[in-house]
Amino acid sequence: MTDTAFDTAPAVDPTAMKVSDEVAIEISNMNKWYGTFHVLRDINLTVNRGERIVVAGPSGSGKSTMIRCINRLEEHQAGKIVVDGTELTSDLKNIDKVRSEVGMCFQHFNLFPHLTILENCTLAPIWVRKTPKKEAIETAMYFLEKVKIPDQANKYPGQLSGGQQQRVAIARSLCMKPRIMLFDEPTSALDPEMIKEVLDTMIELAQEGMTMICVTHEMGFARQVANRVIFMDQGQIVEQNEPEEFFNNPRSERTKLFLSQILGH
Amino acid sequence: MSNTHADTVLYVRDTMLPQSEPPASTIGPAGWAKQNLFSGWLNTLLTVVSAAFVVFLLYRLLPWFISPTWGSDSLSSCRALFEEIGRDHEGACWGVIRDRWQQLLFGFYPAELYWRPILSLILLMVALAPVLFVGKVPAKMLIFSVIYPFMLPWLLWGGTVWMPIAVIAGFGVGYLVFKLVAKVGPGGLAAIVATLATVLWWLFLTAPVAYGLASVLPLALEPVASRQFGGFMLSVTIGVVAIACSLPIGIVLALGRRSDLPLVKWLCVGFIEFIRGVPLITLLFVASVLLNIFLPPGTNFDIILRVMIMTTLFASAYMAEVIRGGLAALPKGQYEGADSLGLDYWQAQRLIIMPQALKISIPGIVSTFIGVFKDTTLVSIIGLLDPLGLANAIRADTDWNGIYWELFLFIGAVFFIFCFSMSRYSMYLERKLQTGHR
Repeated sequence: MTDTAFDTAPAVDPTAMKVSDEVAIEISNMNKWYGTFHVLRDINLTVNRGERIVVAGPSGSGKSTMIRCINRLEEHQAGKIVVDGTELTSDLKNIDKVRSEVGMCFQHFNLFPHLTILENCTLAPIWVRKTPKKEAIETAMYFLEKVKIPDQANKYPGQLSGGQQQRVAIARSLCMKPRIMLFDEPTSALDPEMIKEVLDTMIELAQEGMTMICVTHEMGFARQVANRVIFMDQGQIVEQNEPEEFFNNPRSERTKLFLSQILGH
Repeated sequence: MSNTHADTVLYVRDTMLPQSEPPASTIGPAGWAKQNLFSGWLNTLLTVVSAAFVVFLLYRLLPWFISPTWGSDSLSSCRALFEEIGRDHEGACWGVIRDRWQQLLFGFYPAELYWRPILSLILLMVALAPVLFVGKVPAKMLIFSVIYPFMLPWLLWGGTVWMPIAVIAGFGVGYLVFKLVAKVGPGGLAAIVATLATVLWWLFLTAPVAYGLASVLPLALEPVASRQFGGFMLSVTIGVVAIACSLPIGIVLALGRRSDLPLVKWLCVGFIEFIRGVPLITLLFVASVLLNIFLPPGTNFDIILRVMIMTTLFASAYMAEVIRGGLAALPKGQYEGADSLGLDYWQAQRLIIMPQALKISIPGIVSTFIGVFKDTTLVSIIGLLDPLGLANAIRADTDWNGIYWELFLFIGAVFFIFCFSMSRYSMYLERKLQTGHR
């Protein structure tokens, strides 16, 4: 993995992005098993509003599973997850409430191929938020302009490049006006040329104060945008620190090994 | 790369080549024939042999088809005609089609009432148009598509006009009850009570209300009994009902089979596997013979209705499996995408999952439709006079005793028109729904 995509990126001033004291997500003693396999072990994490957190780690370390637990795409078996004051239990009402407040972007975009870009963006506001159609279209166009693809609104996802599709996916989430955004390896399925356009969109989002948790291998992004980097291995949080400290002065042996492998070429 | 090539690697194009025509032998009919018929010695040989075979078939069959027997009114008169004109070989005896085509189409339906099935067929096209050609036909016509299912039995079987109206009124009753109960209780309870009220209305009040109104204002069509139904009219009626009902039931069964609720899941699996494990003929025998044993004595449950129910159940089980295939083909990400936006289960199914799963399943769905339509000929086994049953009945007449090919060709041709149209429509639909992915 390289951070070349960031060589030309504008410098971001992390102090410009404020973190409030209000708690957005609180995960305490969360455990999860797949069958008998213990994927997440005793996860404790508190995220304040406005924080930009990057989760890194080798594959299979449980980082995707962890953020997928936050909007209950995966179910945790023990411990507690509270998102925006709502605890995630098997209560469907709470789950739908949390999901409509938490946006998520996936590695494979998961756009709906049978709907146009605009329909992809207006679907949830119309059906979940009961927004009038006209207003939903206006909101969708606003966010499509923000991710710089308003001219593609009437095309189908299959006609767009990967980078454009991921930006549509971000716009689709934003149309629900979420208070928290989760990114699950948003650039892993993209060509190097397209990674930058997606990361630029994410940086802009961060600068506007969005609470973000981002699973990614883009260490350049982590350095510039994150206020906290979390390193996971074998289903546990091994180390967390501010980006500068994390990259320049990793404490655990496992983190040192990981960093030397992904940055060492 | 080796160093010896270092001085030849540099290359800069200074002029761009213009676009040029492809070679003449690769385009047009000649190019097509060369590519598809004569692309090698084996294909050339196969082409020549096939062409010879087709010519041979036509040479032997055409004289049989071209036969001046349209006017004859019995098989013996056909034979006399052949002798008279000195044909040394047998030809087709088309007189049977001229003589009996009405029977093949309508069975023993009273001739002066033929306009009713014909009108039903025309109205069927009108009702189908907005469903089949979304976007090309005004959406308001869907109202007629909703009314048509209630009109169809009235047109075909006749009776008082108040019957279908009373049946439709059942929905009104259900709606009123829902509104009333929803005011005082939770929506779920209201829905259950309303459904119950509607069913009770249909079971106990529809008939008295309809007959009561009929005695005040007698608007009625002459009733036609089920045993007078026959021919393609019967096949199409059973086929259309089974096709129209099996799709929604199949969708529900397919979703049920993938449900997380064990009771729902095992009920659906049990139903699907039971129906798929039993031949349609067995189900039809159950409908014609056994059902009477289980029903309370004196109940008169129309035989065509029983057959329709059995055919529908049979088709639904197959439909469910076809649709389950479509559901399984959808990537998990589509479910997650829908979930992550906060759509609930039914919204996700209706807006995201089903449109895509059904699109993937179109070829399978239409195959099932075609299969169901052709299976309607099995009703001849329980004594209903579908076209094949009628062919036997026509042969039983001394005039036409011994005539086979002409009838089967005619029946086959009509079936071909129906089934081929369905298959062409499915291809049209697949092209229309193509949105450039995959």
